[in-house]
Amino acid sequence: MVKFDILSHELVPKFFILSKEEVEALRHSYGIRKESLPWIRRSDPVCKTIGARPGDVLKIERSSEVAGRTVVYRYVVPG
Amino acid sequence: MSIAEIAKSIKSIKFGLLSPDEIRKMSVVNIITADTYDEDGVPIDAGLMDRKLGTIEPGQKCQTCGNRVGQCPGHFGHIELARPVIHPGFAKTVYLMLRASCWNCGRLLLTKEEYDKYTLMMERYKRRWPQLRFKLADRIVKKATKTQECAYCGKEQFKIKFEKPTTYYEEHPEGNMKLAPNEIRSRLERLTDVDAALMGLDAALARPEWKILTVLPVPPSSVRPSITLESGVRSEDDLTHKLVDIIRINERLKENIDAGAPQLIIEDLWELLQYHVTTYFDNETSGIPPARHRSGRPLRTIAQRLKGKEGRFRSNLSGKRVDFSARTVISPDPIISINEVGVPIDIAKLLTIPERINKFNLDQMKVLIENGPDNHPGANYIIRPDGRRIDLRFPKDRRTIADSVEIGYVVERHIKDGDVVLFNRQPSLHRMSIMAHRVRVLPYKTFRLNLCVCPPYNADFDGDEMNLHVPQSEEARAEALVLMLVQEQILSPRYGGPIMGGIQDYITGAYMLTRKSTLLTREEASQLLTSAGYDGSLPPPGITKPEERWTGKQLASLFLPETFNYTLRSNVCQKCPQCKKDECENDAYVVIKNGKLIAGVIDKKSIGAGQPESVLHRLVKDYGTDKGRYYIDKAFKLFLSYIDSRGLTIGLDDEELPEEAKERVRSVVEEAEKKTAKLIEIYNQGLLERLPGRTLEETLETKIMQGLEEARERAGEVAGQYLKDSNTALLMAKTGARGSLMNLAHMVACVGQQSVRGERITRGYQNRTLPHFKPGDLGAKAHGFVYSSYKDKLNPIEFFFHAMGGREGLVDTAVRTSQSGYMQRRLINALQDIRVEYDGTVRGTDGSIIQFKYGDDGVDPAKSDHGKAVNIDKIIERVVGAGGK
Repeated sequence: MVKFDILSHELVPKFFILSKEEVEALRHSYGIRKESLPWIRRSDPVCKTIGARPGDVLKIERSSEVAGRTVVYRYVVPG
Repeated sequence: MSIAEIAKSIKSIKFGLLSPDEIRKMSVVNIITADTYDEDGVPIDAGLMDRKLGTIEPGQKCQTCGNRVGQCPGHFGHIELARPVIHPGFAKTVYLMLRASCWNCGRLLLTKEEYDKYTLMMERYKRRWPQLRFKLADRIVKKATKTQECAYCGKEQFKIKFEKPTTYYEEHPEGNMKLAPNEIRSRLERLTDVDAALMGLDAALARPEWKILTVLPVPPSSVRPSITLESGVRSEDDLTHKLVDIIRINERLKENIDAGAPQLIIEDLWELLQYHVTTYFDNETSGIPPARHRSGRPLRTIAQRLKGKEGRFRSNLSGKRVDFSARTVISPDPIISINEVGVPIDIAKLLTIPERINKFNLDQMKVLIENGPDNHPGANYIIRPDGRRIDLRFPKDRRTIADSVEIGYVVERHIKDGDVVLFNRQPSLHRMSIMAHRVRVLPYKTFRLNLCVCPPYNADFDGDEMNLHVPQSEEARAEALVLMLVQEQILSPRYGGPIMGGIQDYITGAYMLTRKSTLLTREEASQLLTSAGYDGSLPPPGITKPEERWTGKQLASLFLPETFNYTLRSNVCQKCPQCKKDECENDAYVVIKNGKLIAGVIDKKSIGAGQPESVLHRLVKDYGTDKGRYYIDKAFKLFLSYIDSRGLTIGLDDEELPEEAKERVRSVVEEAEKKTAKLIEIYNQGLLERLPGRTLEETLETKIMQGLEEARERAGEVAGQYLKDSNTALLMAKTGARGSLMNLAHMVACVGQQSVRGERITRGYQNRTLPHFKPGDLGAKAHGFVYSSYKDKLNPIEFFFHAMGGREGLVDTAVRTSQSGYMQRRLINALQDIRVEYDGTVRGTDGSIIQFKYGDDGVDPAKSDHGKAVNIDKIIERVVGAGGK
């Protein structure tokens, strides 16, 4: 079976792995530790495809019914 | 010592198991006697009511701590169990641990590599993702359970069966073998601390084998007090009864073991002990019969004390009863402000506010003290600076007391007009269920509230009761005033619109006042404005010829701000395809220009409760809550006085139709009946065409339903044409004050199809609903179509079908409320401590982010325009309206 590229599906939002500096900036802007972000599991299909590792922070850009485009973040945890 | 010195901050809380040693250490007495008191009523030593366990009788000193009843906290005892038993609360985890460990050497069933890997992982998890370590532990246990052979001793593993609540079997090839608790305990003992850690236990706080009880703690007597009945008979607490059972069996077991009784007898007793211990913890354990009282009533043991609505948590901790509160029946009062609540004078004399005496209020306070507890603006207590309370109920001469008070004394004075109180009606489903009101002390015995606050409380006056709470500190009052005052809650966060507003008579009154035909003489106009509390001057009459007359619109405009501009379509609007706007013949196009109502009638769409984009909504949003309250308090009174002066009534005549109309309604219904008969005929001939996704029978049903529904609607329409404009029921339906055109049609034309579960009525006898019909009759009459109107009378068959439909409605509401109540409870429990921070993020108590921006757009729905952040139409209208036209 040909593996389907889930990232190209229209219902899957855009994911980015943040660099160390970006994570630091994010931490500062919200005044939090990484663990305070919402979590995403490493076994999540998107995490597996983009190769996110525990400890990474993902930036997700998605469209929202009320606000048009929104940006949210996820902290990758094992499991 | 100051509070700062005593206060310590709690860094963390850790839960563990009580070890047998710990239980013995905290115990003050080893209980070995199953009795409580001897013949003289003296507690037996080493019995369940041993005086070392704490005092329950007043005047007695505790033998352990020396304190008296109030001070002695009670002390635990213990029972040494002759044989270990499973703690029923841990039976499940014991099972998991048994499966994950070797029966021979007792180690966790992992290979050395796995063991090292998982130990490392566990260490790392503990540092970085402490919350995830139990998930990892679950995974490790699962992994270990799958292992067939022990990596340490090489022994093959047996499957273990768990029979609820507390029995375990090992499946050997030659048959199942029961595992005794002491065998289980010895296996768990052999698990190393690291093994335990891998299974998610901190061995320092909770060794696995502590899940098997060898010693049972006995709670203090104050936890299970015995009651002496009037007859002098002593009655023991359920827990004590259960403990008596445990001790009795324990002693028998001990004797039998000592006497070297056969294994079978010992095992039987052991099992009995296990049963008693299990029911001692939870008497509703599935799989075993509950222990019963002699009367047959099941015992209320530990779990039952905590669980459920009447349990410790919901009843005594979350649901504490409070002081400074009152409850009574509510009744309406259209004269008081929406911000006020009428408090009966008897209640006002019981509820107090502590007020500190200073040089400004000294004289007033002295008057209050002199008035005492029985005269209304009075006081019940005085608190001296040294903390002593003086009860004003008893001293005869209160004047001397009044003279003796000084600055710094605190007077607990009666609540009086203007005090801030919280008012609440259950169920408290949203924040508007508790609002702050200002007190208005009134005669009689009910709480009085303005009718406009009925919608947020969902209150009516068919016997509803409400609660009142008096904030005791200045801070609490300030907070209540700023955040919870009724006028601050006019706009609901549920939908961007006012939740308070006109209901029923307010709407009819406003409509009747503002319609074109209302012309008032000078006397009438002045009378109305006076009763509404208008204090300006009478505007020049709108009509001067032939006589001076004021229009209702003029009067209704007087309470609007002068800069107010708004247009909307009212409820009486017929929704014409092309709106004639100002020339509307129903006067349904409302135009307010510069605070003057120029055209249109005021009805539900303008002042109704829960109507977004209404006059009331704009008023509150653009001019503030003060102005909103002013309008509701004053203009609404005007509407009421008008309907009062004119009168509004409904009678049987209003439901009467002329013969011609009746004839037409009849023909409409008859036509529908014929159509139904035709459909059935087509169906019987097998010519009916199936609708997609439906069977033939379903198609027929749908078509019949459609036809009959249409008939009822048509009948209603026809009847509506013959109703006079003066018909008050019609007026109320049109303005949105009460009832609908459908209700009216039910009364005058035809009640229509009755349904159960969304279908025509089919239940009853085989192939027919009632014996009055032929079996298999598919006609309208046989399946609950009611031809008559309520006024005409329903025949017995129709009445019966109608009752069926009505009953379903009742059952549905009952079921719905209980279900949604439970859903609400769970939702609130899950959401209660999350909040929106100042940076717009939604966070949990630990600062974790739940939403990066509240609702993705950060809009407060209460302050939005019906959910939208900006309302461009309104902005354009305002800009253009101010400049041009």
